[in-house]
Amino acid sequence: MKEFPYSESKDTRSGFGAGLHELGKKNPNVVALCADLTGSLKMDAFKNDFPERFFQVGIAEANMMGLAAGMTIGGKIPFTGTFANFSTGRVYDQIRQSIAYSGKNVKICASHAGVTLGEDGATHQILEDLGMMKMLPHMTVINPCDFNQTKAATIAIAEHEGPVYLRFGRPVVPNFTPADQEFKIGKAVLLNEGTDVSIFATGHLVWKAILAGKILAEKGINAEIINIHTIKPLDSEAILQSVRKTRCVVSAEEHQFNGGLGDSIAQLLAREEPLPLEMVGVNDSFGESGTPDQLMEKYKLNEAAIVAAVEKVMSRRK
Amino acid sequence: MQEAPTTPDVQPEIQSRQPERSVAELKQLAAQVRRDIVRMVHAVNSGHPGGSLGCTDLLVALYFRIMKHNPEFSMDGVGEDLFFLSNGHISATLYSVLARSGYFPVSELATFRKLNSRVQGHPATEEGLPGIRIASGSLGQGLSVATGAAQAKKLNNDDRLVYVLMGDGELEEGQVWEAALYAPHHKVDNLIAIVDRNGQQIDGPTDKIGGLGDLRAKFEAFGWRVLETDGNQFETLLPTLEEARSYVGQGQPTMILMDTQMGFGVDFMMGSHKWHGVAPNDEQLEKALQQLLVEEASDY
Repeated sequence: MKEFPYSESKDTRSGFGAGLHELGKKNPNVVALCADLTGSLKMDAFKNDFPERFFQVGIAEANMMGLAAGMTIGGKIPFTGTFANFSTGRVYDQIRQSIAYSGKNVKICASHAGVTLGEDGATHQILEDLGMMKMLPHMTVINPCDFNQTKAATIAIAEHEGPVYLRFGRPVVPNFTPADQEFKIGKAVLLNEGTDVSIFATGHLVWKAILAGKILAEKGINAEIINIHTIKPLDSEAILQSVRKTRCVVSAEEHQFNGGLGDSIAQLLAREEPLPLEMVGVNDSFGESGTPDQLMEKYKLNEAAIVAAVEKVMSRRK
Repeated sequence: MQEAPTTPDVQPEIQSRQPERSVAELKQLAAQVRRDIVRMVHAVNSGHPGGSLGCTDLLVALYFRIMKHNPEFSMDGVGEDLFFLSNGHISATLYSVLARSGYFPVSELATFRKLNSRVQGHPATEEGLPGIRIASGSLGQGLSVATGAAQAKKLNNDDRLVYVLMGDGELEEGQVWEAALYAPHHKVDNLIAIVDRNGQQIDGPTDKIGGLGDLRAKFEAFGWRVLETDGNQFETLLPTLEEARSYVGQGQPTMILMDTQMGFGVDFMMGSHKWHGVAPNDEQLEKALQQLLVEEASDY
């Protein structure tokens, strides 16, 4: 098992804030809108240095999505910022009609996704957002794994023409991806080559998959670990290439089974390469209050859950 | 890194600006547009003739007299006045006015609401119909979009204006009031919003359904400059639109409360919500066309 050294742990939302600030410096068409969560989204640096391109919308997310759609008419590249729950479920129809169906170049940037939002509880812990967003035609859906990758993704999506949903979160996680690694939308990142099982992880579960890989290695299981930072378009080629070697599959994400990464992989496998799949994710329930670590354990979103899924799926392999 | 579109210091001259038309000419154009509307909805036995006929005079005034715009369509519309239709169900009016302004062939109106058409039931960008900049139909979203487009114009140092039309029933949507709060707060003073105050919605009169109450007082309390006009008389409509334009740059968006009659121009459709979403039959079409006389009709 490969080593993944890192010097510090950081939150992915700060990666977004850093990427947005850099975009402010290099692209005069980038504008940012925020619904009263500037600090939480780490948008202060952009706001302070580019005040004429920062729009405080207040607690009015529906209006924010419409404003962003309108600003694209005239060549602006709007980045909206609020929690994932208020970036998706609350404004689904606004995104559907004014952004996705209208083909607008809006970047919907969503923090505090999943149960790792923590103590605020299920009202704020959206676990359905990837599904809602990936169902929309024209929408690109991205869920990076650490600070560096979130920063790189933020910069990359400005150069992509079309609507994008960029999902990140609140907890600090090991910042292990190389700072200079190019972010290619729709291209999976192979982290560890293996032969016994393919683990496809996204977002905060990528580091958990690395931890699981170490445990599995001690048990003599050689796991292939792949970071699927782009849920849509899915890198079918990379996934099929891996599973044709390992013949069994585990998906891992901080999201419902329904609509998530595992769901996308299941569709691909059913169509192209029917192989056993075990999913690590939330099984049709809401979250609750607690610390992020407590919740990741209770909802089986950690390395132990991935190890268990690997052992189960390997036993199902023919 | 994509190339940033350059913002011109001098606005490009719109070559194909419509020649200024007299009120008599506008009335003829409005009658022609109304003929298009009733024929379009009749042909597919679906659509929304009531509100479409009521707002015809406004769209004719905007596209044939008030707005500077270019039928050589560009999505960004830099250097042009922009119009957004928030109450997308009156699409037939917009399509007719766009076609007769030269955005696409008038003959294409015959494909309205049919399979494989660019002329969708509600306005859409998906098929690339020139003149449409945003999809609308699900109500309450246009004021936000128009406000964003107006702010983009400010960022681009583009001194042209943004117009948006909403239905009065549409004001029951909460998002309208989010935008209504935002635009004055952010001094979006290159924005002219218009409410089609026909007093009707699908289930009946707006006062009985949604209780809109005193709209002037409401919008003034939100910080808008409010004008009122008769939307079916060019003699009042044109001066109101000119007056609205005179307030641009004074720190406040303008809201025009425009009284119209649903179905205006066709006596048996006028003033009733019953013609919101019902098409005329063959006999009713003939009767309507007899009332919508044009000196030189050029039906598609």
